[in-house]
Amino acid sequence: MLKDITLGQYFPGDTVVHRLDPRTKLILTILYIVLLFIAKSYVSYGLVFLFLVICIALSRIRLKAILSGLKPLVVLILITAILNLFYTRGERLLVSFWRIRIYWEGVRTAAVMALRIMMLITGTLLLTYTTSPLQLTDGMEKLMNPLKKLHVPVHELSMMMSIALRFIPTLIEETDKIMNAQKARGAEFDTGNLIQKAKAMLPLLVPLFISAFRRADELATAMESRCYHGGEGRTKMKVLKMAGRDWIALGCGAALLVLTILLRRLGL
Amino acid sequence: MTPLIETKKLTHVYSAGTPFEHVAVEDVDFSASRGEFIGIIGHTGSGKSTFVQHLNGLLKPTSGSVLVEGEEIFSSPGRIRQVRSKVGLVFQYPEYQLFEETVRADIAYGPKNMKLDKEEIERRVLEAADFVGLEPELLDKSPFDLSGGQKRRAAIAGVIAMRPDVLILDEPTAGLDPRGREEIIYNIRRYHAAVNGTVIYITHSMEDIARFATRLVVFSKGHIALDGPPAQVFRHVEELERIGLTVPSVAKVMSILKQRGLPVEDGVYTVDRAVEVLLGLKGGVAGA
Repeated sequence: MLKDITLGQYFPGDTVVHRLDPRTKLILTILYIVLLFIAKSYVSYGLVFLFLVICIALSRIRLKAILSGLKPLVVLILITAILNLFYTRGERLLVSFWRIRIYWEGVRTAAVMALRIMMLITGTLLLTYTTSPLQLTDGMEKLMNPLKKLHVPVHELSMMMSIALRFIPTLIEETDKIMNAQKARGAEFDTGNLIQKAKAMLPLLVPLFISAFRRADELATAMESRCYHGGEGRTKMKVLKMAGRDWIALGCGAALLVLTILLRRLGL
Repeated sequence: MTPLIETKKLTHVYSAGTPFEHVAVEDVDFSASRGEFIGIIGHTGSGKSTFVQHLNGLLKPTSGSVLVEGEEIFSSPGRIRQVRSKVGLVFQYPEYQLFEETVRADIAYGPKNMKLDKEEIERRVLEAADFVGLEPELLDKSPFDLSGGQKRRAAIAGVIAMRPDVLILDEPTAGLDPRGREEIIYNIRRYHAAVNGTVIYITHSMEDIARFATRLVVFSKGHIALDGPPAQVFRHVEELERIGLTVPSVAKVMSILKQRGLPVEDGVYTVDRAVEVLLGLKGGVAGA
């Protein structure tokens, strides 16, 4: 049951989007998020939406995968939309009964907010769907490299992140296993009140922590015995290289940014 | 007599309806009676582990049914609880499930979940510790201070303390040295003899299991490929090798001798029996 979580899932593929340098994709994703917040008019939203649709089409990620990624956030999106619907005051009153007043502006804000969150998530999903966790951390390390001058432990951070990502599925599997073992000894994880439920977690959490520490220990030994001593002088097996397609993609992104800002200036 | 535990057309499909769909077990009919010591053999991924997790209701079959003492185990939530104490399952590397402060408390976890009274729990803890050969003075230690073999035995005691009629063990000797392995096997056989229950022992070591199982069940690709007493199963040397299992070397030698035209009997798999048969044969030749 726990295996069904799609957090940070990667769908291997060989499309243009998959082959883009992770740095390009990271920059474009950040740019895309900025665009979403700059965009004010239908035209500019349409433009950003078009950009997203083109990216999805190029990546050949199935619509089903994206919808299943959005699913866990449906509640959040709905709450945001509903709050905006009821609390936005405006001029054109649409519905009014008891103490509830719904304005045209409210409907508009609710729709825009819901759309914005959905587009935001879809964009970032596209990044994790088309970029393997390893590439992603590699890209981040490279992008944050300048921060080393400020004594930010960039390499250590990215190493921690790749280890964390690597161990999520392992820990989930481990949890499943221990849960089953305790269930076989008559444990019940889903009955009783809150305190009973919390107590029932103990036989699960203690072994899980112990095994996590054991794994950390083993991993540290394995890394040290292969002479790992931090990022200093460490070379990469796959060196990131910006290709022509990366510059084209970044160029498109920049053009889109300029266009959106212009549209905003023009009040469109 | 109704069998102690039984499956009918048991099928389990993982991640049904997704690209990762995988049929782990398909149409398995199986039954076991009291007193049997069953060895389940199969390759990694043959479905044996998935299969046994159905026997105490940890996994729900995609289709088919599981019956304990003739009664469906998923008939009600209460029934499942009852079944879990009747059918004890020891997972691979069970020492990773230890969590209590003392070995005593850890072994008592199962009986406590069965809502037994205090004296009964204490009695069962002592009994289970004795079955697995844990010295009483170890009971008040932390399970994390024990040696690897002792941890393993404490974890097995945690299941035995529920006094299950059916005891299922998934590779209980994996990763132990030969001495630890012998001890565990000896203890399991002792438990089996004492409660007259059923033991289901999963392994991929033929040599081990052939010595003490009354029946062998061979899994391959989610189906039962062979099922019968060891002597009968080891007649199918070629089929076993095709499945990718190593046949005890004695069985292999005897089957080759037979191919070469010696009139040896089928299904000999222990050294002692092979010596007997071959000596008998020699005597026969000399007498002619």
